[in-house]
Amino acid sequence: MIAMMSWLSAESLPFVWFTLIGCLLTGYLILDGFDLGVGVLHLFVPKDETERRLSVNSIGPLWDGNEVWLVTFGGALFAMFPYAYATAFPAFYTAFILLLFALIFRAVSMEFRGKMHSKLGRRMWDIGFGIGSFLAAFLFGVAGGNVVSGLQLNERGDYTGSLMDQLSPYPLACGLLIVLLFTLHGAIFLYMKLTGDYQQRIANTAKVSWVLFAIIYAVVTVWTLATVPRATENFADVPALWLIPIFNVVMITLTGWMVWRRIAFAAFLCNSGSIASMVILLAAALFPNLINATDPAMDLRIVDAASSTRTLTIGLIVVGIGLPFVLIYTTIIYWTFRGKTRLESHSY
Amino acid sequence: MELFAALDTVLLSRLQFALTIMFHYLFPPLTIGLGVVLVYLGLRYVMTGDRLFRDAQKFWTKIYALNFAMGVSTGIVMEFEFGTNWSVYSEFVGDVFGSALAAEGIFAFFLESGFLAVLVFGWDRVGPKMHLFSTMMVSLGSIFSAVWIVAANSWQQTPAGHHIVPVYRRGEPWVVDGELMMRAEITDFWAMVFNPTTVIRLTHTLTGAFIVGGSLVASVGAWYLLKNRHIEFARRSLNGGLIVMTIGAFTAAATGHLQAKITYAYQPAKMAAYEGHFETGPGHLTVFGIPDVKNETVRYDLSIPRAYSFLLKEDLNAEIIGLDRFAPEDRPPIWIPFVTYRVMVGIGTYLIVLSIVAVVFRLRNKLYTHRPLLFLFVITVFLSLIANHGGWVACEVGRQPWIVHPPLEWTGGEPGVGDVVVDETGVVQYDETQGLRTTDAVSKAISGEQVLGSLIGFGLIYGLLFIVWITVLHQKIQKGPDISEDADTSSASVEDLLNISSSRVSHSKHMIEPNGGSGA
Repeated sequence: MIAMMSWLSAESLPFVWFTLIGCLLTGYLILDGFDLGVGVLHLFVPKDETERRLSVNSIGPLWDGNEVWLVTFGGALFAMFPYAYATAFPAFYTAFILLLFALIFRAVSMEFRGKMHSKLGRRMWDIGFGIGSFLAAFLFGVAGGNVVSGLQLNERGDYTGSLMDQLSPYPLACGLLIVLLFTLHGAIFLYMKLTGDYQQRIANTAKVSWVLFAIIYAVVTVWTLATVPRATENFADVPALWLIPIFNVVMITLTGWMVWRRIAFAAFLCNSGSIASMVILLAAALFPNLINATDPAMDLRIVDAASSTRTLTIGLIVVGIGLPFVLIYTTIIYWTFRGKTRLESHSY
Repeated sequence: MELFAALDTVLLSRLQFALTIMFHYLFPPLTIGLGVVLVYLGLRYVMTGDRLFRDAQKFWTKIYALNFAMGVSTGIVMEFEFGTNWSVYSEFVGDVFGSALAAEGIFAFFLESGFLAVLVFGWDRVGPKMHLFSTMMVSLGSIFSAVWIVAANSWQQTPAGHHIVPVYRRGEPWVVDGELMMRAEITDFWAMVFNPTTVIRLTHTLTGAFIVGGSLVASVGAWYLLKNRHIEFARRSLNGGLIVMTIGAFTAAATGHLQAKITYAYQPAKMAAYEGHFETGPGHLTVFGIPDVKNETVRYDLSIPRAYSFLLKEDLNAEIIGLDRFAPEDRPPIWIPFVTYRVMVGIGTYLIVLSIVAVVFRLRNKLYTHRPLLFLFVITVFLSLIANHGGWVACEVGRQPWIVHPPLEWTGGEPGVGDVVVDETGVVQYDETQGLRTTDAVSKAISGEQVLGSLIGFGLIYGLLFIVWITVLHQKIQKGPDISEDADTSSASVEDLLNISSSRVSHSKHMIEPNGGSGA
């Protein structure tokens, strides 16, 4: 296997890993995106206990595996780009601790809500599930917005700004963008898993989500073009990169079209394509950096953040062996739990 | 605000790490231990067709799923904290330690989380064989997870397969404030994974987990026998749990002994802290005592003379290195390792005695009715968990002040055999560049205020989770297994088929009830 990879030079390995990290992030956002979205919708759409159980159980067997993409993304970032890990995590200290609280609440809410005998108890965990999901999605967007617009870093790579600096309007708008993107994703997913009256209402929710998402997407795009010049530098140098936002807009339009025509699976695929193109947009905006600093001299470049050539190679072998298995059993699991959600004796 | 400015980020981060990992560590031993139980039950069901095994597996799966959800959600915290609170450590070890963590994600987490779905929700969707396969994969995943985490932890204790090199930035060695930045880089992946202590540490850790699983099953069985419920299920549970506990208790003693020897070879200061062995010389085995750190002695010492020398070196007169060979700033804290180590060993001894007594009673057919003994089994699961925690806390606090422990040099070259190499004042010298002190490992960009806030947040949330976890666990155990009416029949009769179909009817009735069904 080492010989097979000899075409990879020491210089190109960090960029191969930049791409792979992007793939892990894409996998995470597409998969956990819909179950976080189902969580956000949980606050508004289900009317009674049966509908709430249907919602929770439609993601019941899947959310856990989805979240592993985040854990693996984190592990890979730690291993392959330790300096990015060590820069971003303390910088987003408060945000990430809140993210952890949100993820913990969300996870245990699903497990605990069904065990509550009182209505109040169940409602409490329902709200925990919804707010946890909302907060997680929102914080991902805020962090992404800050990484693009630039963090205040010193020459050691330590964050010198304050929490309020991270909550400026642009990252907040990015947070809202991700919340609405996931809400749309979750609504499309639920449409596939549900039947009857609940499904009909979800169809309307999906339409509303799409409209709101399209508006915020337009707003954030204009905002980025107008106020974040660093994000578009690469596009000026390599005009072919404009194909990415064009592809993204096509995907968003197609998603909307499918949502109105109620072709749920195609809508899900198109929205996944839209999520993937947003990650590529993020990568194109950052390249050759991993984290933008407000002072460009302090930018954390991909090559400088990377681990040693040996570790990057070992990581590639690990992924080469592991990822095919992951994809095989992810497929098996999704196939096993295909079709409409049914409530069974061992459901949540 | 001034109060917050004075807060020590290192101390608070250590407290936070201790809190979050101790809470998390309740769950991995439970899931690793119970996973094997689930595999056993699934295997027996597929082999014999005895419905009792399937009912038992369903019951334990519900408890497994609860613990798994707690374990996963509190486990992500650990990964995040390496970055948020210990970023200097992350920079120093990322190249080495990160690979193990990433391998855990790819090889272990996907496996267990994916197949967990089939284990928990797949009863009606896949056949018994596929279900058994999924159960095995979940159990295997949790064991893989332990392999990578223990390998990563062991590397911090006995680093191998790496070298320490300068870090480069934009093609130049990276110097900040006149200080050259260094990091550990892998030179040999397998030497890193199988560093000197990985195998023995892993064996001991997994044994501890199996004991927890076995004692949980035995404890629930004993509880039902005391309450006179689910008798057949309870007897089998107690029996099976007892077998696992008995084998586990003896294995734990044996692997614990080997681990003590290897700890002495690589981290003699830690071993001295365990034993309160202040002065280099023949070692006594302290059964009980109160360490007096100021006067460097153990008060009210109840000890077996020279037994410690004998255990470590098979020689009653062997000289054992004491804390006096270490500079004050290189000594671990004494109290916590001393106490927690004794808790672990004490409970281990109790487990051996209990197992022997119980096996004798079992052979005389008196176990299932002996109420005091049954009561002991009920509480033993808590003791097993405490022993796991005790051992682990002793191990982690005992390696302080190092987060990455620098290697020691021994006369004669082989660790633990000759004597440690000391300077002219008789004090062990560490090569600071090879290790990392915990105090140096903390993130620079965080404030004490932030860490205090998060620590309080974790305290509140984990407190709440603990209460709910115990409540739900108690509910599930109170409710007990759903035993099929046709349990223990090997050949299906007409009545059995009728039973099955009637249970299907009642089953589908549950499906439309909100929150209905047996296990919701």
